[in-house]
Amino acid sequence: MTVANAPVLLSDAGTPSRRRSVGLAKYLGLTPFAVYVLIFLAIPTILAVSTGFFTEDGSFTFDNIVGTFDPTVLATFVSSFWVSAVTAIIGAVVGALVCYAMLGTRAEGTLRSVVDSAASVLAQFGGVMLAFAFIATIGTQGLITVWLKSSFGIDIFAGGPWIYQVPGLLPVYVYFQVPLMIITFMPALEGLKSQWAEANATLGGTRFTYWTRIAIPVLAPSFIGSLLLLFANAFSSYATAAALISQGSQIVPLQIRSALVSETVLGRENMAGALALGMIVVMVVVMWAYSVLQSRTSRWQK
Amino acid sequence: MFKKRTLAALAIVAAAALPLSACASTDAAAPASDVDATTATSAEDFGGLEGLVAAAQAEGQLNVIALPDNWANYGEIKALFEEKYGITVNSADPDISSAEEIAAADNLKGQDTAPDVFDLGTAVALDSLDYFAPYQVANWDEIPAENKEETGLWVNDYTGSMSIGYDSNSVPEPTSLDDLLGADYKGAVALNGDPTQAGAAFAAVGLATVQAGGTLDDFTPGIDFFEKLNDAGNFLPVNATGATIASGETKVVFDWSYNNLAAAATVDGWKVTTLPGAVYTSFYNQAVSKDAPHPAAARLWQEFIYSAEAQNLFIVGGAYPVTIQTLQDAGTVDTKALDTLGALEGELVTPTAEQAEANSAILAEKWAAAIS
Repeated sequence: MTVANAPVLLSDAGTPSRRRSVGLAKYLGLTPFAVYVLIFLAIPTILAVSTGFFTEDGSFTFDNIVGTFDPTVLATFVSSFWVSAVTAIIGAVVGALVCYAMLGTRAEGTLRSVVDSAASVLAQFGGVMLAFAFIATIGTQGLITVWLKSSFGIDIFAGGPWIYQVPGLLPVYVYFQVPLMIITFMPALEGLKSQWAEANATLGGTRFTYWTRIAIPVLAPSFIGSLLLLFANAFSSYATAAALISQGSQIVPLQIRSALVSETVLGRENMAGALALGMIVVMVVVMWAYSVLQSRTSRWQK
Repeated sequence: MFKKRTLAALAIVAAAALPLSACASTDAAAPASDVDATTATSAEDFGGLEGLVAAAQAEGQLNVIALPDNWANYGEIKALFEEKYGITVNSADPDISSAEEIAAADNLKGQDTAPDVFDLGTAVALDSLDYFAPYQVANWDEIPAENKEETGLWVNDYTGSMSIGYDSNSVPEPTSLDDLLGADYKGAVALNGDPTQAGAAFAAVGLATVQAGGTLDDFTPGIDFFEKLNDAGNFLPVNATGATIASGETKVVFDWSYNNLAAAATVDGWKVTTLPGAVYTSFYNQAVSKDAPHPAAARLWQEFIYSAEAQNLFIVGGAYPVTIQTLQDAGTVDTKALDTLGALEGELVTPTAEQAEANSAILAEKWAAAIS
């Protein structure tokens, strides 16, 4: 242990002088990333959002922004919000429980590394493939649906084909929310030091006081931070919903699609920019809250 | 010394460029005439059809967009064009909407992958006149006046009637709209798209409107019908495609007759019916892109589409071509295909541009609530 730490200490001592001498060069090193972000994120965002402030002929207008307060459009913001909130909460709670269960396993053990890698893969499993996976298994003619019906007489769609409506997004989104929670929350749980539990015990604390006085306060910012990340993740999902829901455009990303591609309701292309602005406002608030919490959390992870 | 070397380098570059530019200019000038294809408004501008064919063959390519192989027989039509003229047809994005065709013309402007010709729903066609170049085909007079813009900016090409396709192996034949509300059709009835986005679904709501006793001025009765259908648990919010029909997921589909007939040709038990009473039709429109990278080929495509050969292929695909009356009068119609398809009979209704616009506003407001 000591031997392994030694070089780290040395390099730590050497760092300050090296940092000074590097000076401008470190910004130079950042350039590729900055340029990348500028070209592929900042400029497209500005271009897209700015269309919301113009009419088709290019004159300035607030009509599109006002249009986002139309009851039908507002309703889509509401359903986007609750779908994201519900899947984020389910994902966060289930994910946190899985993390807690994994604490009982060996850190370098097979089980934990398998769950870890599976979570990393599944957190990225979204879009059309995920929608297809669900349609093929629990769609109205899916493998499991048909099997349940023919073997047990259970019709999971007796109340209507919910899988192709907004409620159908819940199980599908939870499918990638739980693994995302595992990969973001596990480091925080691993950061709980056993010394804290020992200190709690030596000072006469119980298991209950350990959780209420130490673990929960320490984990709360990280938990809520992960929760917000999950919310943002669901809120911005498009492809999965687009592949599942073909009627009604009940969530905001689908409204944007409809504004851009409709061949029946014409002249709403610029409305898409205003809708995007609305989404960005929600996301900025959420990500700002996330970064505030993240900076509080990181104090405990050092 | 330095200067001389630069000069020498320049000379080499120039020498290298010469054959290249010569080559390029022969390519462009190959039509053997100085016709500017981008402004040609008829084959006569090329000195007749042979001139147009030569100019198109010199271009060698044609970019079409949003023409699925199984839509109104476009697969065969594209293949025949390639075979007949030796021009490669590049078919991009077969499944996109009419609005996206125009967006593609915007985004790809000036590139050689931009679309040369469009096949558009009426609403988008009327809204996009700035994108079209006027062109009149040789048999211009065979196209009824109400089916074309007078300079040839757009011309109707084919229509279908809104029909109901159903899987005869699992559901009975519907004979009225109200039949579809019954328990036989639980979770079975689907549209080809969302009516606030897709022309075919819009037409389905239009058909339901006239069948329910409403007029094309206001689609509310049609929206109410789909609301009842949804409340009965019979509406299936799935985009009907050849795949969903084949898998049995969409057992009843409102779609253009040519799409339902295409499915009937490949899916066992798939039948097509139209309800007695009003028949909802809507033409699609051909137009040449103003910024076509292959202007001559684009114009040859128009000549080809309105030729008896291609118009008959539409009939084979289940669509009614715009020159059908002439074909029948001249006896050049594919009678076998027309017999299979059956004549377009009954009270034909088609919304005007104003009606379409008013109804799209109504749908935008009411549709999402009706089917949720």
